[in-house]
Amino acid sequence: MHEQPMLSVRNLEKQFGPGCRMCKNPIGRQLEKNYCPHCRTVYACQNISFDLFPGEILGIVGESGSGKSTLMQCLYFDEELTAGEASINISDLDGENVFTLSNQQKRYIRNHYFGMVYQNPMKGLKMDFSAIGNIAEKLIAAGGRNVAEMEVIGKTLLEKVHIPLFRMKEEPRRFSGGMQQRVQIAKALSNQAPVLFLDEVTTGLDLSVQASVLDLIKKIQRELGISMIVVSHDLAVIRMLADRTLVMLNGAVVEEGLTDQILEDPQSPYTQQLVYSLL
Amino acid sequence: MTFLRIEGFGKKFNIAHLHQTIQAVEEINFSVDKGEFIGITGKSGSGKSTILKSIYRTYLPDEGRILFDSEKYGEVDLLKAEERQILYLRKYEIGYVSQFLNVMPRTTSRQLVEQSVLEMGKEPSIAKEEAEHVLSHFELDRKLWDTYPTTFSGGEKLRLNIAMAAVKKPRLLLLDEPTASLDHQSKLKVREVIEKLKADGTTLAGVFHDIEFMDGLCDKVFDMKLRKYTNAGAFI
Ligand SMILES: Nc1ncnc2c1ncn2[C@@H]1O[C@H](COP(=O)(O)OP(=O)(O)O)[C@@H](O)[C@H]1O
Ligand SMILES: Nc1ncnc2c1ncn2[C@@H]1O[C@H](COP(=O)(O)OP(=O)(O)O)[C@@H](O)[C@H]1O
Ligand SMILES: [Mg+2]
Ligand SMILES: [Mg+2]
Ligand SMILES: [Zn+2]
Repeated sequence: MHEQPMLSVRNLEKQFGPGCRMCKNPIGRQLEKNYCPHCRTVYACQNISFDLFPGEILGIVGESGSGKSTLMQCLYFDEELTAGEASINISDLDGENVFTLSNQQKRYIRNHYFGMVYQNPMKGLKMDFSAIGNIAEKLIAAGGRNVAEMEVIGKTLLEKVHIPLFRMKEEPRRFSGGMQQRVQIAKALSNQAPVLFLDEVTTGLDLSVQASVLDLIKKIQRELGISMIVVSHDLAVIRMLADRTLVMLNGAVVEEGLTDQILEDPQSPYTQQLVYSLL
Repeated sequence: MTFLRIEGFGKKFNIAHLHQTIQAVEEINFSVDKGEFIGITGKSGSGKSTILKSIYRTYLPDEGRILFDSEKYGEVDLLKAEERQILYLRKYEIGYVSQFLNVMPRTTSRQLVEQSVLEMGKEPSIAKEEAEHVLSHFELDRKLWDTYPTTFSGGEKLRLNIAMAAVKKPRLLLLDEPTASLDHQSKLKVREVIEKLKADGTTLAGVFHDIEFMDGLCDKVFDMKLRKYTNAGAFI
């Protein structure tokens, strides 16, 4: 079976700081958690490789500071990475390392093939635009020009994420946390991107609101067949959503497997500790 | 080709913080033919669940081979199959049911069964039809179809659980003590459900702590202590 991944990431590295002679070489590097005690360089992502397949939800779990958000931001071109490759399965880009493309090409990929939902809605939404205006912004970036058409798409998406249409002209800063996340999801879906990154989308929401957002994500996967990376520090969220899961610790992937296998038969000592502390 | 063949199978658990290794099972050999119903019996802790969960790959097995005759892939060793293959097999060919109902909160029984069909890529109208058919086939009370299963009795939860698995018409269905904690009446109902699955041609491998309950239904019983099949019916 040789299924083509939608997104392939190889040996992704991201460091904050210049590094010193004690830490530059990954072999024999002695870090304290994820930083070098001599020069304070943070190795936020270390040698990360994985495949994301069409229509699957890949979970990434790990404690705060393990590098999950940095990884998402590198993939979404928010952050310049230190080293590594990624390719997406889009006919004219097949096999190319997207990180070496020009900024204009990266912007094109981001506008047409990627959607992002940030943990902090302030990062993903313009709080003083209307809800539907936020969606229109992404549609325009993806080449939308017809205003009437964009309004129809915007309304359909807001309905899909259960935002009442009579509130579509309101600014998201007047919405609850759960509603803001739903507007972000609608925005991320608007360019019909085949790949969606979701960073701690339910963190900080009430349990019942969490359940409705998780349900929405599942429904989107089922109906639209979009590939998603769902990042969370919460194993319960990962259990609910992800088919396969990566476990991160101090910037590195320490385990990967089927989600139920990770939960019931964890292999690495760190994952065991994470899972047993739940029981 | 045998439908399911387990050869020299063993599984260890390494518990890092206790510096402990548990050999859950070792040297298990048996095979299952298409359409058979195999019971597995043995005392608590003898490794019955470990075998079923290793077939389903919830546990990562480490010794031997588990050869499955897949419709899609031909003969696959479930120990070595890629994760994506296992996910495919779970979606279309192999089901697993235990006494625990582990589902998305705030989703009705009908929606849950429909989702099982939808994830196979079928049309919503077909999902609706097949869900209704399987829910009535396994006699889940009609007034429960559009309610959340949180309030269901043990027997009702189990029938929903089986319906969610059975609606996919898996070629192999693994049953891990589905009747544990059910009262006599509910157990009788489950027996009927299993009879129906068998009549539909499903191959079944099941663990039952009171296997006499399956008397006359099981074709063979694998005894964990003897590590071989004993005559079906010989245990009563
Ligand atoms: N701009 C930055 N400058 C320096 N260190 C950073 C920066 N952004 C993130 N980090 C560090 O990178 C590590 C990973 O952070 P992050 O990706 O946010 O983790 P997570 O999302 O898993 O909580 C942390 O140690 C964090 O302090
Ligand atoms: N997930 C697990 N982690 C660690 N040990 C386990 C796990 N599952 C089972 N075991 C151990 O393996 C042995 C067999 O257990 P199990 O297969 O559940 O037995 P049975 O189903 O026959 O009661 C037991 O010693 C049990 O403690
Ligand atoms: Mg984060
Ligand atoms: Mg058991
Ligand atoms: Zn250093």
